[in-house]
Amino acid sequence: MTKNQALNTREISKIVFKKGELVKEVEELSGENLFGCYQCGTCSAGCPFVEDMDLLPDEVIRYVVLDRREVLNSKTIWLCASCYTCAERCPRDINITKIMEALRQIILRRKIDYTDVLKIPKKERETIPQLAFVSLFRKNIG
Amino acid sequence: MQKRILYYPGCTLKTTAKNLEKTAYAIMQALGYELVEMHDWNCCGVVASLTTDDLMHHLAPLRNLIHVEDQGEDKVVVLCDMCCNTLKQTNLRVKENPDDLKTLNAFMDRENDYKGTVKVYHFLEFLRDEIGFDVIKKMVKKPLHDMRIMPYYGCMLLRPREVAIDDAEDPQILSDLLTILGAEVIDNPFKIECCGSYHTIEEKQLVSRRAYRITSYAVERGADAIMLSCPLCHFNLDVRGKEAEKLFKGYKQIPIYYYTQLISVALGLDPSVYGFDQHMVDPTLLLKKKGVLHTRKIEI
Repeated sequence: MTKNQALNTREISKIVFKKGELVKEVEELSGENLFGCYQCGTCSAGCPFVEDMDLLPDEVIRYVVLDRREVLNSKTIWLCASCYTCAERCPRDINITKIMEALRQIILRRKIDYTDVLKIPKKERETIPQLAFVSLFRKNIG
Repeated sequence: MQKRILYYPGCTLKTTAKNLEKTAYAIMQALGYELVEMHDWNCCGVVASLTTDDLMHHLAPLRNLIHVEDQGEDKVVVLCDMCCNTLKQTNLRVKENPDDLKTLNAFMDRENDYKGTVKVYHFLEFLRDEIGFDVIKKMVKKPLHDMRIMPYYGCMLLRPREVAIDDAEDPQILSDLLTILGAEVIDNPFKIECCGSYHTIEEKQLVSRRAYRITSYAVERGADAIMLSCPLCHFNLDVRGKEAEKLFKGYKQIPIYYYTQLISVALGLDPSVYGFDQHMVDPTLLLKKKGVLHTRKIEI
């Protein structure tokens, strides 16, 4: 874990939720019914980033439903690159992509950024296509 | 008279993907169309807004759609997969939610109201549906015989399904294109898997591993090269794929082509538009070996 991420983790743990508020906020932001998930694991089976994740996508849903707010410290929500594979395959038609976005937004909207722009080396700023930067900033900076 | 069609470029087509733009222009000219860059375009935002209450991020794509209407057109062609996906998703959202459109129109008080008349095409979609692959087939001068190529779709052409240009699990559009160009299609289940997208900035090794997994499977099945359409997938497979050579012993990255480049080669268009110098893995060696790369323009 980098220094920056540790700092984020500390700030994230300060976010306060009353009982049952987390799932409510996720449902409002995503427009999805998390209680519709029956934990079949199809999302996790098809996810291209799953080997780097600390929580599987279906576990993220379960954590939110069970009001376990440490889910906000999970690396999984930042690894999701919105490729929509899980949303396409979910037999319960739950858009998990939107749930991941909602969890990121809960953090970003409290003025906690995941990415520090100044830490990106200058050389890379010149060689990597702009669309990568725009999408990174849209996803990781509030 | 040449038929005119409006074109939305987006940021990357002007820098790391100039070759994609140049070859698309050349193809349209050869087909008797004039590709006209729309004026006064802005960034589309790259990723679509995914939360229910976030209308702010629909402003940028919507402004582009308004400007298409202002220029008296109802069709716009997009080359970048991510721009195309974002524009299509905003277009769909405002068409399905008139209240959202009302709010957005009211917010942009200096712009005309969006009337919802624009159809956004991906360039591939335009070639298939409006021009027809059979038309391109008749114009092939140098078929890509003996080239075994794996089509790679990535995410943004296929998902979410409301804005997809082909089937999400078993797309055919790029294989169809390769077949009419005379190449042999190598199928691969990884053709629809994400390349790693924007993680290329902060998680380079992760993207290199993605590139390795996609490419090595293609090579195992006998592919000489990969053909794709998205500028970000191209960067990730070409550049991060090359870097994967250091991570995996004995691994060698194969060339990555844009579909527009291979069409241009097969149609015998002016080699100065190919833009192979922008690649990390030299794409010319394979074409020379297969005898399809020419240095002079073939007279049509």
